[in-house]
Amino acid sequence: MSQQADNAYYVPHGTHWPIVGSLGMITMLASAGLWLNGSNTAQWVFYLGAAVIVFMLFGWFGDVIRESESGMYNRQVDSSFRLGMAWFIFSEIMFFACFFGALFYARALVVPWLGGEGAGASTNEFLWQGYLPLWPTNGPANIGGEFQTIPAFGLPFVNTLILLTSGVTLTMAHHALKAAQRGPLVAWLAATVILGAIFLYFQVEEYHHAYTELGLTLGSGIYGSTFFMLTGFHGMHVTLGAIMLAVIMFRCMKGHFKPDQHFGFEAVAWYWHFVDVVWLGLFIFVYVL
Amino acid sequence: MSSIADTGITHVHDDHDHDHKPRGFLNRWLFTTNHKDIGTLYLVFSLLMFFIGGSMALVIRAELFVPGLQLVHPEFFNQMTTMHALIMVFGAVMPAWVGFANWMIPLMIGAPDMALPRMNNWSFWILPFAFTMLLSTLFMDGGGPAAGWTLYPPLSLQTGNSFAFVVFAVHMMGISSIMGSINVIATIINMRAPGMTLLRMPLFVWTWLITAYLLIAVMPVLAGAVTMLLTDHFFGTSFFNAAGGGDPVMFQHIFWFFGHPEVYIMILPAFGVISEILPTFSRKPLFGYAAMVYATASIAFLSFIVWAHHMFTVGMPLEGELFFMYATMLIAVPTGVKVFNWVSTMWKGSMTFETPMLFAIGFVVLFTIGGLSGLMLAISAADFQYHDTYFVVAHFHYVLVPGSVFALMAGTYYWLPKWTGMMYSERWGKLHFWLSTIFVNVLFFPQHYLGLAGMPRRIPDYSPQFADFNKISSIGGFAFGLTQLIFVGVIVHAVWVSKKKARARVWEGAIGLEWTVPSPAPYHTFEKAPDIDESMVPHADEISH
Ligand SMILES: [Cu+2]
Repeated sequence: MSQQADNAYYVPHGTHWPIVGSLGMITMLASAGLWLNGSNTAQWVFYLGAAVIVFMLFGWFGDVIRESESGMYNRQVDSSFRLGMAWFIFSEIMFFACFFGALFYARALVVPWLGGEGAGASTNEFLWQGYLPLWPTNGPANIGGEFQTIPAFGLPFVNTLILLTSGVTLTMAHHALKAAQRGPLVAWLAATVILGAIFLYFQVEEYHHAYTELGLTLGSGIYGSTFFMLTGFHGMHVTLGAIMLAVIMFRCMKGHFKPDQHFGFEAVAWYWHFVDVVWLGLFIFVYVL
Repeated sequence: MSSIADTGITHVHDDHDHDHKPRGFLNRWLFTTNHKDIGTLYLVFSLLMFFIGGSMALVIRAELFVPGLQLVHPEFFNQMTTMHALIMVFGAVMPAWVGFANWMIPLMIGAPDMALPRMNNWSFWILPFAFTMLLSTLFMDGGGPAAGWTLYPPLSLQTGNSFAFVVFAVHMMGISSIMGSINVIATIINMRAPGMTLLRMPLFVWTWLITAYLLIAVMPVLAGAVTMLLTDHFFGTSFFNAAGGGDPVMFQHIFWFFGHPEVYIMILPAFGVISEILPTFSRKPLFGYAAMVYATASIAFLSFIVWAHHMFTVGMPLEGELFFMYATMLIAVPTGVKVFNWVSTMWKGSMTFETPMLFAIGFVVLFTIGGLSGLMLAISAADFQYHDTYFVVAHFHYVLVPGSVFALMAGTYYWLPKWTGMMYSERWGKLHFWLSTIFVNVLFFPQHYLGLAGMPRRIPDYSPQFADFNKISSIGGFAFGLTQLIFVGVIVHAVWVSKKKARARVWEGAIGLEWTVPSPAPYHTFEKAPDIDESMVPHADEISH
C-alpha cells in the first residue's frame, strides 16, 4: 500500500503513536486519581504523562504533516479529515451543551422549586424555609458564602469584542492564504494568536478578581459551579485553539499549505470559530442574563 | 451456487499475493492500522469482557440462589452489580459492535480500509487501559463503585478511593467511542465504492451510521455528567447538591439523556445484523428496505426525547410524566415496523435454519418480549409499581441478552467463515443456540414474576416468598454462562482446527459485496474500488422501481 497510485486512498502501514498516546493517557489519568486521593508524588507522574501526550501529538501530527506536504493525500483523504474534524466539533458542542443544560435546568427549574414553586411548596416549607429563589444564587444553605457577580458590560464585553475581532483577523488570514500572500497571512495569524492570548489574560484577571475581591469561587453554590465550569472549559478550549493557531502560523512561515489545499488551516479555523460561538452563548447566558 | 462467487473473487484479486501482513506480534497487533486486525482486536477484547462481566453476574446469581446473606458482603454485592453493568455495556456489547463495524463496513461498501486508520488503532488501544483501570478499583480502599452503573449522586459521591478512577475510566471509554464513531461516519460517507448509493447500503451499514451519530451526540454528555460528579466530589461544586442550589435529580436527567440513546446504540447494530441474516436464509430480499432505514432514523430521533421514563417515580411535574410516557410509547411504532418487516421477510421464504438464522429468529421472538415489557414500563402510572424491581431487570436483560448478544452471536456465526476461511461446526453451533435459548429464558423469565411480586433490584437479600423463582433464575444463569464456553469452543475450532474451507459466498442466499471477496478475506481488500452491479447489492431492485 505504500506505493500509491495518484488516485488511491492513502492507508498508512502501521503506527506506534496511538499506543504511546494510550500510555501517556493512562499515566496521566491514573496519577491524577492518586493525586486527588492525596498522594504528593503523583503530580509529578501526572506531568510526565502529560508530556508523553504532548510528545505523541507532535510525533503523530508530524507524520501527518510530512505525508500531507509530500502530496500523499488525495481529495478523498481530505474529505475524511473534513468529516473527522466536523464531527469532532459536534462532539465538543454536545459537551458544552451538557453544562449549558445544567445551567438552564438549575436556573429555570431547580431554584424556583427550592423557593417553593409548583410541587416544591413543601420542600421550601419544611427544608428551606425563607429561601428566596433569586438568580444568582449559591443555594438555600448559602454555600461558599456571600459573593458578587462580574458585570457583563465590563471586561466580559471587552473579551467578546476581542474574540469577535479574532474571528475577523482569522478570516483575513484565510483570504491571504487563498491569494497566496504569505506575508499578510502570517501577520493576520499572529494578530489572531495575540488576540487569543489577550482574551486569556483578561480571563485570568477576571478569575483573580472573582476569587480575591468578589468572593465568587468554584464553591459558590450552583452559580459558582456553572460559572467556573462553563468559562473554565471554554478557556481551556481557547488555550488549545491558540496553541493550534500558533502551530499553523509556524507552518505558514515554513511555507506549508497551498491556496487550494490547506485543510490543516481550515480545521483550526473551524475550531476557533466554534470556540467563538460558544463564547457568545456564554456571554449571553452566563454574564448578561 | 459457488461457481459465480468463485469467479467473482478471482477478478478482484488476480494480480499478486496481497497478503503482506506486518511481521512480528507487536507490528501486527499493537501498531496495526488494518481494519480487519483492529476488528479482531475489538472482538477478542469484548469476548474477554463478556466472561469477566459474566462471572460478576454469576457472583450475583450465586448470592441470590437462596434468601439470606451467605457468599459475599452486601458492599461487594453492590460492586458486582455496578461493575457487571459497566463492563457489559462499555466493555462487551459496545466494543463488540465496533469490532463488527471495523470488519464489515469496509467490506460491505467496497472501501480499502476505514477512513482514518491511525485513529482507528487508538480507538481500540485506549480500551484495555480503561478497563484495567476500572477493574483495578475493586482492589482499592473502599472497593470499586457500588452505586449502580448509573452513578446516581449522592450515593455515588460516597464511593471510596476508587471514585476518580471510575470517572477517568468512563472518560477514556468515551474518547474511544467518539473516535470510533467519527471513523465509522467518515468511512460510510466518504469511502463508499462508486455505485454504492446511500439507499443501496446494506442495513447493517445504515444502522451503524445512525448509531455512530447517536454516540457522538451522547458520549460527551456522559463525560460532562461524570465530570460534574468529579468536581462535586473533589472541588466543592454544587451541581447535585440542593443546599447549594443544585439538584441530585438533575444528574438523572443528564445521565439518561445519554442513557436512553445508549440503549439504542447497543441495539441498532443488532437490528442491522438481523436484517442481513434473515433475507439470506429466507432466500428473499429484505421486506421494506426503505421503511427499515426510516424506522431506524425515527428510533434514533425519538431516543432523544424519552429519557425521563427512567425517572417516573422521582418526582416530576405531571406534564413531564405524560410527555415522556407518550413519547416512549411512540417508539413502539418504528420498532413494530421492524419486527413486522422481519416476519414478512421470512413469510413464504425458502427458509433453512443454520446457526446464524436460528439466533436471528431467536432474536426476533425474544427481543420482542423485551420490547413489550418496555411498553409496560412506559406506562407512567404502572411504572410506580414496576420501578426498581426485578421486572425492570428482566426487561432490559431481554433486550440486551437475547436481543443484542444474540445478534452478536448470529453475526459471529454468519461472518466467522468469512473471517477465518473455515466453516465452524454446525452441530455445536446449533447446540449452543438451543442451550442458550432455553437457559436465557430460565434465567430471565422468572424475574418478571419476581418484579411484579415486588422484589427490588440491587439488594443481596430477599424475603422467602421470592425463593423459588430466584433459585430457578440462578440455575438458568449458571447454565447460560457455562453454555457460552461452547461458543468459545466453536470459535477456537473454526480458527485453528476446522478443515472445512469456506467458499467466497459462504451462504447460497447471501448477497452483498463482502461475499465477492475470498474467504478468509485477504488482508487488504478493495484497494481498487469494485465495479458494483445490481447482483451485488441486495436492495438494488427495490430502490430502482
Ligand atoms: Cu430509556
